Amino acid sequence: MVSTLDQIFVLLKHWLVGLLPSVLQPAAGVLLSVVAIVCVFPALFALTVLLERKGLGRMQNRLGPNRVGPFGILQPIADAIKSLTKEDIVPLRADALIHFLAPLVLVVAVFLEFAVVPMGRNMVLVDMDASLLFFFSIGASTELSVFMAGWSSRNKYSLMGAMRAVAQMISYEVPLLMSSVAVVMITGSLSLVKIVEAQNQYTYGLPHWNIFTPWGCAGFVMFAIAATAETNRSPFDLPEGESELVAGYFTEYSGFKFALFFLGEYLGMFSISGLGTALFLGGWSAPFSFLWWVPSWIWFFGKVMLSICVLIWVRGTLPRLRQDQLMNFAWKFVLPMTLLNLVDVALWRFLGEGWLRWVVCSAVMLVAYVAAALTGLRRDHIGPRSYRYAE
Amino acid sequence: MTPLGGYLLVAALVFAIGLAGALTRRNAILVLIGIELMLNAANLNLIAFWRYGPHPEALTGMMFAVFSIAVAAAEAAVGLGLVISIYRHVHTTDLDEMNRMKG
Amino acid sequence: MNLVFYVLAGLTVLGGLAAVLLKNTVHCALALTVAFAGLALLFLELDAQFAGFAQILVYIGAVAILVVFAILLTRGSETPEDGVFSHTWLAGLAVAAAVFAVLGWAVIQSAPALTHESAAPVVTVNQIGNALLGRYVLPLEIVALLLTAALVGAVIVAMHEKEETK
Repeated sequence: MVSTLDQIFVLLKHWLVGLLPSVLQPAAGVLLSVVAIVCVFPALFALTVLLERKGLGRMQNRLGPNRVGPFGILQPIADAIKSLTKEDIVPLRADALIHFLAPLVLVVAVFLEFAVVPMGRNMVLVDMDASLLFFFSIGASTELSVFMAGWSSRNKYSLMGAMRAVAQMISYEVPLLMSSVAVVMITGSLSLVKIVEAQNQYTYGLPHWNIFTPWGCAGFVMFAIAATAETNRSPFDLPEGESELVAGYFTEYSGFKFALFFLGEYLGMFSISGLGTALFLGGWSAPFSFLWWVPSWIWFFGKVMLSICVLIWVRGTLPRLRQDQLMNFAWKFVLPMTLLNLVDVALWRFLGEGWLRWVVCSAVMLVAYVAAALTGLRRDHIGPRSYRYAE
Repeated sequence: MTPLGGYLLVAALVFAIGLAGALTRRNAILVLIGIELMLNAANLNLIAFWRYGPHPEALTGMMFAVFSIAVAAAEAAVGLGLVISIYRHVHTTDLDEMNRMKG
Repeated sequence: MNLVFYVLAGLTVLGGLAAVLLKNTVHCALALTVAFAGLALLFLELDAQFAGFAQILVYIGAVAILVVFAILLTRGSETPEDGVFSHTWLAGLAVAAAVFAVLGWAVIQSAPALTHESAAPVVTVNQIGNALLGRYVLPLEIVALLLTAALVGAVIVAMHEKEETK
């Protein structure tokens, strides 16, 4: 019974595919999984937008949306109808083809990312050998769509937003990759399924998640920072800073195309939370061994929603960074710390089982972070901003 | 036409396109684009020979391609850095106008 | 030779042609990414998964973005009035055509000697990793050194010079 509930979606898919003639079965299986992904995550998107608007409202002493339906829970439907029926405006001087392609490229790329994220036991669309590499290579191509959107609009705000976004995404992609490499080093595989399975073990009822190790804890914090920047969320939302750039790279988008950008951004959040969950938070494994009977997909989606809630909380709490602070933070703090993380993982790996590695690795991380905090807190190098132009 | 022959022809075509671009365009950045295309065509050759060669398990061709990708990335970074630096001096990226050795 | 190959080859060649022929420099850069993507898919078609993903990550994720940045920083997207091609374009085209003719002739001549369809080699990322840190460890270290040197070099070359040195 428990295992049936755990595998209910897999069994459902097998049953549905079994109804078809055997020639069509492989294609139908893939198609069914794709349809499931394409339906589930946009539904989650609608839920998250409502959650975010309500949550941010509460954080700012407002009520949030409360007009449509009881407690405003039908707000996502109203938003969807509004964005579908709005007039689609393309600026006269805009590069029409690229202006049209940009949102499509973004949404397609983001949907592709979900193909390799394991959402439960045996619930992954493609279990390939290099799935982590696939995820990052697809993630890298979303930068291009942001640039396309900003450049093709022929609008200064859009272009500046796009340049900021691309610079930021390139800078934070390096620490994102570096912090994931630590996990790859310890697991010895680029396959996300294998990475999750390696964490699905328990000692004294406690899981072997990567976050519960000195390097994993530090790595997860660095990963979370880089992921927040990668998805252009506050406090790293300079590319769409409302007070400076109207809406950044999608200023000139309206109606359905704007909705596609919005969707792409939130789906990017889901996929990167899914990746972080798989790498550091044990993917679909239960947090305590006595909770093994709860279906694995509940744990996965629970962890993803928890990460989303943290992102919303951070958005409601922290002020926006300045562009030079953003770059300095990426290259002078996050990147060196992730490099140190690699050294720490190597130490952890070669000190072998026992208490020694806990002491040594924790000491290395503590010393590094305390030293960084002490030097960073001295304010003498945070002087006034110096402007540089490319001429 | 064997599969390998097909891939080699495509690689030769891409190489020739890149060469033509590098030789005929006036913008320095587009010359770099042409060079990137030529490097990529070479990579395609390497991978195709690895796949249809006698010893794919030795991974030689694949490794060559991976290293060549890394070297090409370094080349692009330095090349574009040079273009930007030249642009600061002469305020153009037009190669026909860059005919003085004196900065 | 199947349909997938022809579609991907067509995509790559068209992308490459557009990259060198279009007037607007940004369009050229975007066409270049199409060519890169086509090549990456050809790598995947050749069962070289790792190289294909590395190609997408490095070329589309980094090189294309670098090119775009360079274009915008140098105002290269403004099309010059007197044509985008050099005045020696005919000679360049002739050289390229000659190179393609020789390469194509060589491939077609040697076609009977080329091996035929063979079973797809199964290469795991594990094997690639072992090869990189085993047999190819020296090239790997050299590439690491080269990339570090290129990183530092690119920053120094492109960095704003002090006013007095001008």
